[in-house]
Amino acid sequence: MEYFLELFLGGLTRGSIYALIALGYTMVYGIIQLINFAHGEIYMIGAFTALIVSSVLSMLGLNTIAILVIASFIAVIYSSAYGFTVEKIAYKPLRHAPRLSALISAIGMSMFLYNYVLLAQTSDFLPFPNNIPEFEFMEPYSHIFSSTELVILLTTTIVMILLGLLIKFTRIGKAMRATAQDRDMAMLVGIDVNRVISVTFIIGSATAALGGVLIASHIGQINYFIGFIAGIKAFVAAVLGGIGSIPGAVLGSFVLGWTESFATGYVSSDYEDVFAFIFLVLILIFRPAGILGRSTTDKV
Amino acid sequence: MIKLSEIKKSFFVSLWFMFLTFPIMVIRVNPIEKIVEWRWKNLFFIGIGSFLLSFVWRYLFKRKEAGMKKAEAGDDTVKISFYQKIFEEPKIYIPGLIVVAVVVFAFPFVFSIYQTNIMTTALIYVMLGLGLNIVVGLAGLLDLGYVAFYAVGAYSYALLNYHFGLSFWLALPVGAGLGALFGILLGFPVLRLRGDYLAIVTLGFGEIIRIILENWNEFSFGPSGIANIPRPGFFGIEFSIEGATMFMYFLMIALTLFTIFVVNRLQNSRIGRAWIALREDEVACQAMGIDKTKTKLTAFALGATWAGMVGVVFAAKTTFINPASFTVWESIIILCIVVLGGMGSIVGVIFGALILILLPEYLRAFSEFRMLLFGAVLIIMMVFRPGGVISSVRRTYRFEGLTQKSEK
Repeated sequence: MEYFLELFLGGLTRGSIYALIALGYTMVYGIIQLINFAHGEIYMIGAFTALIVSSVLSMLGLNTIAILVIASFIAVIYSSAYGFTVEKIAYKPLRHAPRLSALISAIGMSMFLYNYVLLAQTSDFLPFPNNIPEFEFMEPYSHIFSSTELVILLTTTIVMILLGLLIKFTRIGKAMRATAQDRDMAMLVGIDVNRVISVTFIIGSATAALGGVLIASHIGQINYFIGFIAGIKAFVAAVLGGIGSIPGAVLGSFVLGWTESFATGYVSSDYEDVFAFIFLVLILIFRPAGILGRSTTDKV
Repeated sequence: MIKLSEIKKSFFVSLWFMFLTFPIMVIRVNPIEKIVEWRWKNLFFIGIGSFLLSFVWRYLFKRKEAGMKKAEAGDDTVKISFYQKIFEEPKIYIPGLIVVAVVVFAFPFVFSIYQTNIMTTALIYVMLGLGLNIVVGLAGLLDLGYVAFYAVGAYSYALLNYHFGLSFWLALPVGAGLGALFGILLGFPVLRLRGDYLAIVTLGFGEIIRIILENWNEFSFGPSGIANIPRPGFFGIEFSIEGATMFMYFLMIALTLFTIFVVNRLQNSRIGRAWIALREDEVACQAMGIDKTKTKLTAFALGATWAGMVGVVFAAKTTFINPASFTVWESIIILCIVVLGGMGSIVGVIFGALILILLPEYLRAFSEFRMLLFGAVLIIMMVFRPGGVISSVRRTYRFEGLTQKSEK
């Protein structure tokens, strides 16, 4: 039973990280119907920036919580800036091009960023300092659920709620929903679509960076390659829940997190990544629109 | 002349990029030994580089926009490109072909074994590119797991040879057949998917094959791979290493010619036209009575056939294979070849493969930057020249006589 609980909570943590990344995919997809392949790389850059900043700060001798907060903040800013720039360079000129072109451009961007970090930094695994404090009240449960995992879960929940509020009640949120429904119509009623798209990329990248910092703290090491697999899994999660739908992305992430956690716990850990893909294929065969997505028919 | 406002703009662009690349490019930390390295020189390079590149970027944009305006204004005087002219004029292309044939034939005799080997590798990629061209270029299905079929071919030869002593010549059709089988296997679940889902599922498929090869030790010997795969024989003749390389080269030339022949015939066949129709508009294509399922499956199967076949050749050429040769990046390199050369264009794909594979070989100094540049090439091609360097020419019918009559 305890093993089950451990796997369950592990899956929950995993899922909430996936959710932070999947949000970016799903929001971007909702608005411009493009899979932002470079999203995983944005997440990786977030983690790297946090590592660099916290290493520099720790040499200045700050205390760990301050380092964590500042590093996360700078990581979020940089990732957002990267997300913004990526959109301007690789996607904006292709707004009216066939979808295949934009997709290939996105793959190119992903490859570029990944090699950029590889060349500018290193190909080795770097240890990532865990600056998340150990809570005393978590002591009795630490063998199944660590304080880091608690922090991850809490952060994700807060981010989700804030994002939900942003999309539901603010002006820009309304504009985002309008653009997602019908871009041309939104333009006609005076919404600055380019700005909305930029904001979407910025928000998506910011949550991805947060996810990057949290998971790097949890796992304790990063390298240039983490973005690829995390990006794909988050994408699987977004598709699972129904791409374009924000609650769907969150639900899909948790489902994927649990699947992976239980499958590696009870079946085999060698094939960890295979489970995600098999799950994706199954979902796409039986429910192509995802768990919460509505299937749409193309009108001609 | 360059206006002041443009300089100002570029200045801000370079400032932005200096800000953007600051932590990654300038600072390098070593968390174990607690050393921070500051590389201010890089910041300077980034600043200058992005300043200059922003001019190039803007210039290319202006040219593209001018071209689009021309097309919109109805000024689409059928622009026959330089390449097209070459292929339409027998006086030019026949001597051209003869020169190419002579060069191809003389290559291994003139250059060293090393060069011949590189050329063989390039030819392998030509074939892979032509195979993927069927799937991506003609049928418009973005397949990111193409390397999986390549792996299937390579492993089928290696394993069949190891267990049953199957010879290369028998393995070649077997590899091709297995490739086609896997193509159909992948094709079935993804039939209903649209472009972007398809990309991810095929990518996943490629990774599944690689992970299985890596972990299933009893079957595939795991990450250590399979060594001592025999080179192909030729009616029992034993080759020296030199002879084997040369033989491999001519074998690849023959296979490439065969591929070009088949793909060319396919392109203009009923099924080829169905692929192109499917790429252009799926709904309209179905409305015209084309069987979508069959068309897509044949595209996957025929594309995968070539990969399976080349896989066998690859295993025989290197005599050693392991899962590390079949990563996603390999798929993406092949995609780069198709995109750079020109989707759907045979000459373009050959050109793309030769450039992308030979250039990094000869520019060893830049080999580190190879993948970085490939990424940039993909973006730049898509933004400025989506048709590729040598874009494919659609078959058109001309009604010159008819229009004149109607005017009278």
